[in-house]
Amino acid sequence: MDFSLSKKEILFQQMIREFAEKEVKPLAAEVDEEERFPLETVEKMAKLGLMGIPFPVEYGGAGGDNMLYSMAVEELSRVCATTGVIVSAHTSLCASPIYEFGNEEQKRKYLPKLCSGEWIGAFGLTEPNAGTDASAQQTMAVEEGDNYILNGSKIFITNAAYAHVYIVMAMTDKSQGTRGISAFIVERDFPGFSIGKKEKKMGIRGSATCELIFENCVVPKANLLGKLGEGFKIAMKTLDGGRMGIASQALGIAQGAMDETVKYVKERKQFGKAIGKFQNTQFQLADLQAKIQAVRLLVRMAAWKKDKKLPYSVDSAQAKLFAAETAMEMTTKAVQFHGGYGYTREYPVERMMRDAKITEIYEGTSEVQRMVIAGALLK
Amino acid sequence: MKIVVCIKQVPDTTEIKLDPATGTMIRDGVPSIMNPDDKGGLEIALQLKDKYGAHVTVITMGPPQADDMLREALAMGADRAIHMSDRKFAGADTLATSNAIAGALRMLDFDLVITGRQAIDGDTAQVGPQIAEHLDLPQVTYVEDLQFDGNKTFTIRKSLEDGYQMVQVDAPCVITVLSSANKARYMSVRGIVEAYDREVEVWTYDNISVAEEKLGLKGSPTRVWKSFTKGAKAAGKVYEVEPNEAVDIIVEKLKEKFII
Amino acid sequence: MDKTQYKDVYVFVEQRDGVVQKVAVELLGKARELADALGERVVAMLLGHDISAKAEELIAYGADVVLCADERELAQYTTEPYAQAIAQIVRERKPSIVLIGATTIGRDLGPRLSARLETGLTADCTGLDISEERDLLMTRPAFGGNLMATIICKEHRPQMSTVRPGVMRAKEKDASRTGVVEKVDIHFDKSKFRVKVLETVKEQKNKIDITEAKVLVSGGRGVGNAEGFAMLGKLAETLGAEVSSSRAMVDAGVMPHDRQVGQTGKTVRPDLYFAMGISGAIQHLAGMEESGYIVAVNKDKYAPIFGVADLGIVGDVKKVVPLLTERLAALSKHNK
Repeated sequence: MDFSLSKKEILFQQMIREFAEKEVKPLAAEVDEEERFPLETVEKMAKLGLMGIPFPVEYGGAGGDNMLYSMAVEELSRVCATTGVIVSAHTSLCASPIYEFGNEEQKRKYLPKLCSGEWIGAFGLTEPNAGTDASAQQTMAVEEGDNYILNGSKIFITNAAYAHVYIVMAMTDKSQGTRGISAFIVERDFPGFSIGKKEKKMGIRGSATCELIFENCVVPKANLLGKLGEGFKIAMKTLDGGRMGIASQALGIAQGAMDETVKYVKERKQFGKAIGKFQNTQFQLADLQAKIQAVRLLVRMAAWKKDKKLPYSVDSAQAKLFAAETAMEMTTKAVQFHGGYGYTREYPVERMMRDAKITEIYEGTSEVQRMVIAGALLK
Repeated sequence: MKIVVCIKQVPDTTEIKLDPATGTMIRDGVPSIMNPDDKGGLEIALQLKDKYGAHVTVITMGPPQADDMLREALAMGADRAIHMSDRKFAGADTLATSNAIAGALRMLDFDLVITGRQAIDGDTAQVGPQIAEHLDLPQVTYVEDLQFDGNKTFTIRKSLEDGYQMVQVDAPCVITVLSSANKARYMSVRGIVEAYDREVEVWTYDNISVAEEKLGLKGSPTRVWKSFTKGAKAAGKVYEVEPNEAVDIIVEKLKEKFII
Repeated sequence: MDKTQYKDVYVFVEQRDGVVQKVAVELLGKARELADALGERVVAMLLGHDISAKAEELIAYGADVVLCADERELAQYTTEPYAQAIAQIVRERKPSIVLIGATTIGRDLGPRLSARLETGLTADCTGLDISEERDLLMTRPAFGGNLMATIICKEHRPQMSTVRPGVMRAKEKDASRTGVVEKVDIHFDKSKFRVKVLETVKEQKNKIDITEAKVLVSGGRGVGNAEGFAMLGKLAETLGAEVSSSRAMVDAGVMPHDRQVGQTGKTVRPDLYFAMGISGAIQHLAGMEESGYIVAVNKDKYAPIFGVADLGIVGDVKKVVPLLTERLAALSKHNK
């Protein structure tokens, strides 16, 4: 067993930290305040290969792995959770299912453009009446000649407004239950497809979360991802990877809040000394630090197992559950340590607290993660 | 076009702290980085690669851990990396360092040699011009910008204290670059993934033909006679008073010391 | 090498457009001290075109001999003609010490010469002294000013050093001093002149260079922003001072780089230095602690700046500065 980073990973961490610090952090407050999608950052990331980290060079990827990808989402989220989720949703929820379940033709068509960042990816599973119960899909796909005709809508879709490619689940045979759900690769300009209203969110406010609307949307049969009826399985496997990404995001948020807090408690003086000199501060921070480090190990283990092609569904759920709840706890306490200043936008911790909340909700709520973990435990 | 960029691994001096008890430098845990001016020089080379397809070699002289910096240069886009490492090179001052590097450069084919203006651990700014002299090449120091005519002529903007100078020089030549000349690119992910699978050539004394007495400690005319931390001067008096009273004290002192 | 053949302290007199640079005068002052300690002469090397008129002045500042190389090739500084000229002088006359100002010109020329003459060169020195064995002790900051190192060049001659501008004290001009002015003919190898100057552009980077100012009002993080610096500007105006800055405010884009005091900025030694809202990172201290008198105002009574200040005030600069400005303005009116 070896817990040290490889030389390659150290070099990667050096690069991504510098990138996050110099290119991402300066925009974080503005992106949040103006609810602005940081397209310029996506362009910079694309140039470096950050939009296709874990995919092979032959498909235009960087030839890296999930460990590097996880580290990237962590370091980006440490300074800006919006930027972290843009990369995570793009990589885990769109490029990954095409790479893992797509046929050669689909891989050749979509991966190079996604990996180069020319196209941004998104994923559509959630519907107004299919949240945690994702099997209750109401979007329908009906076969018609060489095409499927999709009708329905998807909500809370990350990257929606700026994406070019969407992995969309739709019911092809209602009588089959979850086995009647299929996955489709939908392009932005397919007839009958449109983007609906943009959500006004509490956190990750730059991530352009919108509704997807399908009104007799024409999807060529060539864009069926995997086999007919495999959609639910594809969605669940995709979310295993997605959860590892969100766990990395939550880890980054927690670490970012810790960074800010450590800096603050050393500077801020009350009763004649720095508040970091009080044992109450020290003990609370020590507990949080231990949790963050535990989260990091869970996240790295999930990424490592995915790279080794070992089953990692439960690892991913554990990582996400603990990461999200630690991020929430850390950011809440960070605001508390900052006192009145922490409640204002002068300091970044209130943003981090708002951003942390979503990690307990999307890509499976904490309750869903518990279901996955308990299900494996009690089977 | 072939370019050789001389780079150096240095401690990140902005992170160096003194031990308050002993007054000595704390080196533990101080990260090593590619010297900023050298990175600016590498970026100029990589821009010439982007534009004119130049072949870029990076070369360093230093201890084994300098390998990581060469990998960084490869991940940024350099084509070839040479690590000069030999006990015979150790303990060199700037002149002996320049003898060794010039010796290596004589074994290479190039149109342009780039160094950083100076390294942040020594701030000497001497090795670049010394290399140029050994190779009998023209030098341009303090380079802020460089344009190439695609044939053999460089038009260079050189920084001065009170402005700048535009100069022209033909290849081959040596330039020393300021980190403020550009914003060096980040390593690419693919470059990082491949960096440790690529070859870094290790060159020793046997790879260059320079007399041993011109290298390392032996070849160094200068020696450190002693080093010390600055003796702190006795601190003056510090007053913790209301602003009005503070101003009284300042004005009184100024009257005492100066004519106001 | 027979070191006894090498004598006298030579100073490269840097001139730009025929104007002798301040650093050359500082070096003459220091060279005088060194030469007196050695019982040798100070020799000024004046290179340029139509510059012979400047020679007498150099004697007044401490030179015993002025070697004047008046050549068209030397009208404007470029590396090779200057390197050839000085290498020729050194080879013919064998100085023991050669001092060069650590300007962009001096630091271009110095290392080129040291490699040509195969001797040692110590960069950017802030202290020069003579050892008991009559060697030159060259002291310079290392590792970002955290450490000082004294360097010697024992077995090679000449001993060469570039010297940081603004550090050495110039001697008072003494018109009664006498000395010799000697013309030197330089034999150029023009085939080596390979760098062509297209144009030299002067940029009025600011009013007075902060290294030349007698009084500096310097601001740091505690001053906060442009508004804060405007407040310092008023104080500076009252005192006839220049405004300078810590690195933090330059990085923040509030002040331009040429106003930065410190390791990565400029070394200053004004008669009076106000450190306003500057905590005093070691890199900053390296650039100003030689100032004649230092007044520091800072909220944090543990700020390191108080360790070097002659007078420290624990307080808010935003309250102290306007009051001080007001008081000084009233005083100067009263004096008139």
